[in-house]
Amino acid sequence: MRCDQCHERDAVVHLTQIAQDQVVTLHLCEKCAAEKGVESGASVGKSPVGQFLATMGKGMEAGGAMPGPGSGGSCPGCGATLTDFRESGRLGCATCYRTFEASLRDLLRRLHGSSRHLGERYAPPGEGPVAPADSAIQLRHQLKLAVDTEDFELAAELRDRLRAVEGEA
Amino acid sequence: MIDLSLLPDGGMAWLDGSGPESHLVLSTRVRLARNLSSHCFTPRSTAADREAVLADVVAVARETVSLRNAITFRLDTLERTDRQLLHERHLISKELAGLGDPEIVRAGAALLVQDRTGVMLNEEDHLRLQGLRSGFALEAAYADVDRVDTELGQRLPFAFHPEFGYLTSCPTNVGTGLRASVLIHLPGLVLTKEISKVLQGLAQVGLTFRGLYGEGSEVVGNFFQLSNQTTLGKSEQELLDHLGKMVRQVIAYEEQARQVLLRDVPTIIEDKVWRAYGLLRYARTLSFDETMNLLSGVRLGVGLGLIERVGLYTLNKLLVHTQPAHLAVLEGIRPDDPELSVRRAHYVRGLLADETGRRG
Repeated sequence: MRCDQCHERDAVVHLTQIAQDQVVTLHLCEKCAAEKGVESGASVGKSPVGQFLATMGKGMEAGGAMPGPGSGGSCPGCGATLTDFRESGRLGCATCYRTFEASLRDLLRRLHGSSRHLGERYAPPGEGPVAPADSAIQLRHQLKLAVDTEDFELAAELRDRLRAVEGEA
Repeated sequence: MIDLSLLPDGGMAWLDGSGPESHLVLSTRVRLARNLSSHCFTPRSTAADREAVLADVVAVARETVSLRNAITFRLDTLERTDRQLLHERHLISKELAGLGDPEIVRAGAALLVQDRTGVMLNEEDHLRLQGLRSGFALEAAYADVDRVDTELGQRLPFAFHPEFGYLTSCPTNVGTGLRASVLIHLPGLVLTKEISKVLQGLAQVGLTFRGLYGEGSEVVGNFFQLSNQTTLGKSEQELLDHLGKMVRQVIAYEEQARQVLLRDVPTIIEDKVWRAYGLLRYARTLSFDETMNLLSGVRLGVGLGLIERVGLYTLNKLLVHTQPAHLAVLEGIRPDDPELSVRRAHYVRGLLADETGRRG
């Protein structure tokens, strides 16, 4: 679907407006949407990924160091690189999340406001009982790691969680 | 041609208009995105990977209670009209149906469906589990899909990370992998021009909206799909509670807007509603979009008690069967046949005449 404004690029933002008691949906490309100052649900969701991926791209093109250890090179699971991710916006396999962990942690925080899963825990079949969501020992260990790597945002989050867990005990 | 009568209620139990708040909320869907740790994610997978995923899931589904009687549709073997039909029934995404741009059906793309639950296979994620309920029923839809998740997860190795949770192809779905959406009809807010404010407010509290057919679709007939934007950093229950609370708020706003319309501009509203009814009842050609907009007017009229002889079930049936593929199958023509708008008007007139007992 073409952009209603420039009629050149593909429409990616669908803006619903009210005009004379009718719902009118405008289909806009990223550029025209940005020019209109549109922040639709879709563009809000998209922009952090876009910005992050753009940042990653610049770093790679300039040959600059990628953030965090273990984030460079290709994924041993599927061979995907951060460039592949930048281009497609999709990870290649489960191992990608470990390979690019540090970069992804930052992205997930931007996207979701947190990098920590607080939902149901899961253990694959044959791997024993499901690990508890948070144990004080685990959290203390992670907190120490976060402080050691100067990841203060994560450290603050872990500190709060540790307090909550210790408060429950 | 696929035999949809094989599906319980033709896969439309969610449209029967029997659920809570069904005068405003058509349906509730909760989906969980899951991947097998043993294979590359779908966008990077080979056809052999996808066949293996399909074979694994179909094999273990037989051992489960929630999917042992599931019907399997291999989308890569179906005609376009059949795929479009499943999409129009909200059972598969546009992408899985191969109706996106470009129109490609991925080898291994499939759908398993049993009762009110379904599993899309080899979509952007290996598995997209979903629970569909009539009306506003977040807890029930989640309970349905959670059962499928538990049973499959005990038999297949899902990709899970201790910190990030369930791993998905796109990082916007990681964590719980949960997207809950409520399909709601909001003509009152549109007519009072309050809708933009409400939608902006929802965006500020982490919710988003889409059109009738989900991601990337347009808003037609004043139907909005409200759903959670983020999937990580909150538990499943917190995500559902938050969406539920906000939807209840939107329902209250919509009810309020309707009362304002009835109080301040009763003649205009009555005129709008009856004009919509009149056109549906007597028009000789109807496009799909026009039909949706007119049905919206009639639905509003029924909700306000202005139109008494048309039931919600009939309105929902019209909503489903006037879609291009449904109508085409019903009428035995192609969905792109120019004759379709004439057949649509004929079908609508017939159904409304049966309902009101008079021919038009």
